[in-house]
Amino acid sequence: MRWLRYLNQWRGTAKEAFEQVSIVAKFLCLIHLTDRYIISSTHVQGPSMLPTLNLTGDVILAEHLSHRFGKIGLGDIVLVRSPTDPTRMVTKRVLGLEGHRLSFSADPLAGDGSVSVVVPKGHVWIQGDNLYASTDSRNFGPVPYNLIEGKALLRVWPPRFFGSLR
Amino acid sequence: MGIQNLIWQVTKKAFTGGIIGITISDRFCGVVPVRGDSMSPTFNPQRDSYLDDYVLVDKFCLKDYKFARGDVVVFSSPTHYRERYIKRIVGMPGEWISSSEDVIRVPEGHCWVEGDNRAFSLDSRTFGPIPLGLIRGRVTRVVWPPQRLSKIGG
Repeated sequence: MRWLRYLNQWRGTAKEAFEQVSIVAKFLCLIHLTDRYIISSTHVQGPSMLPTLNLTGDVILAEHLSHRFGKIGLGDIVLVRSPTDPTRMVTKRVLGLEGHRLSFSADPLAGDGSVSVVVPKGHVWIQGDNLYASTDSRNFGPVPYNLIEGKALLRVWPPRFFGSLR
Repeated sequence: MGIQNLIWQVTKKAFTGGIIGITISDRFCGVVPVRGDSMSPTFNPQRDSYLDDYVLVDKFCLKDYKFARGDVVVFSSPTHYRERYIKRIVGMPGEWISSSEDVIRVPEGHCWVEGDNRAFSLDSRTFGPIPLGLIRGRVTRVVWPPQRLSKIGG
């Protein structure tokens, strides 16, 4: 009958352990929710958004609410899942919404050759600020609105560039 | 105030259940209803049935976006930003798809989706290849109604 007593002892500890684990689990779920649906921080790097974003990498805060309510507007810097590689996220500026007509230069170094395009329904036109070093809608065309995953709010690192992005 | 306390307890439990439920359905698997008959006879085989099929959607595949031809996937619409569709992948990047007049190559990072019920399906034959980034999960099983419990794919 001794093992019955041991079992009762373990039951108390097991219950406590379960309580602690469930607190941690609930906290992790809250973190997941905040990161996915409210606000998150991302490290962005690359030359395609110069001079707005630095070459060597910035940390920006992005919010994930606007795109769910359709509140992405012209000029917003957005985090988009790349249409050529779904495991990568790219940061670009929205320069055209559905129905807009845009004309762009197919090759900015060659000078001439302007192309005109209408953004189809449900799509947006994204471009990097640095036209000479950016792969964007000029290369892969307008992207579906649902690929947008967040809108950049402000830059938090490096500290001397802290603040909103323009 | 017993009632107030009770309401507070219930709200707390509901809130906790909600966050856990959303996290699980975002990262592990979720259950969604299939509307329409564009995937007949795989889903909703009878036109006038009052019961829609409910399917289990696996989310582990979204870690690396590894899909294969023949997978049934849930994806966000490329044209209507609030809608989601369920269709089958029939073309992976680099493959050639023959449509009515010509042959189309599926670009990198995209896939060609079609409904099993070709006559009544709005799919890539209309809106073209879709970026893999639009996919929100892969359908693995039918879970409701119970007599149609089955595994999709294999």
